[in-house]
Amino acid sequence: MANTEQEVLAGLAEIVAEETGLDAADVALEKSFTDDLDIDSLSMMTIVTHAEDKFGVRIPDEEVKNLATVGDAVSYIKGAQD
Amino acid sequence: MGLLEGKKLLITGVLTDSSIAFHTARLAIEEGADVVLSSFGRQMKLTSAFAKRLPGDTPPPVVQLDVTSEEDLAGLADAVREAGFDRLDGVVHSIGFAPQSVMGGNFLSGEWEDVATALQISTYSYKALAVAAKPLMTDGGAIVGLTFDGQFAWPVYDWMGVAKAGLEAANRYLARDLGPHGIRCNLVSAGPIKTTAAKSIPGFEQMEANWPQRAPLGWDQTTAEPTARTVAALLSDWFPATTAEIVHVDGGVHAMGQ
Repeated sequence: MANTEQEVLAGLAEIVAEETGLDAADVALEKSFTDDLDIDSLSMMTIVTHAEDKFGVRIPDEEVKNLATVGDAVSYIKGAQD
Repeated sequence: MGLLEGKKLLITGVLTDSSIAFHTARLAIEEGADVVLSSFGRQMKLTSAFAKRLPGDTPPPVVQLDVTSEEDLAGLADAVREAGFDRLDGVVHSIGFAPQSVMGGNFLSGEWEDVATALQISTYSYKALAVAAKPLMTDGGAIVGLTFDGQFAWPVYDWMGVAKAGLEAANRYLARDLGPHGIRCNLVSAGPIKTTAAKSIPGFEQMEANWPQRAPLGWDQTTAEPTARTVAALLSDWFPATTAEIVHVDGGVHAMGQ
């Protein structure tokens, strides 16, 4: 079932918070995974995998490197669900 | 009846669904085996997530094993028992690591501390895992590891190539010492596959260059299936008198001249 952008952001923020220990409220659309949230490649793989399971989508490896910000990831997930 | 019906297997090295170990576990389950996985540290969450994508009603259990930890190695047999396995018939060693400072063209500049890490995790751990699992291999069985042809100097592989050459030697000694216990030890020497581990090798594309053209059978770098099938076969009862062997799964490249 497709989620709204707000639902995807909230779900993704929960996953990022679980992986990194950050406050979910800090996971905003404009935040860069690497520069702002300090997420390395192993954490990114874990986040992507949990997001795939949560939202019922597949995010291929070659797409992951294009997901610079939280907003990029939310857009990709929304697009893949629609 | 499946090729691995009733076998109880410990499979290390499942990180993602691009891992050779993931496809080995998938085939093993499809062929009737009970599988327990191992992982450690921050990788544990990823391994557990991908365990859920394996076939079967319940995902395989994942036990803690950092092969550089004496404590984890000493506790492996108990951890596997606690996961519901009273014995093991097979173990897959799909473990390797080298710091970036000793790969990617850094052979001459690589320093001992980093080289030692590569050798401990990629070579010594084969013996360490076998010894840790041996108390559970009461009816004999099979140990299978993964190498990348250690006879040659490859572009960018550097100290990882030395570690693999050592792994191939360790396989012969392990086979010598575990043969009397009915345990076969073999390696699969696979061609280049685009796994997460391979992508972490700086300049990996130089290793895979022309492989499909050089292989009489051709070569698809995007799939671990042929390699996983061979690992599964070596875990089965259909290689009963084969040990200390290296089976090439490389499309035939190992036997070709330039």
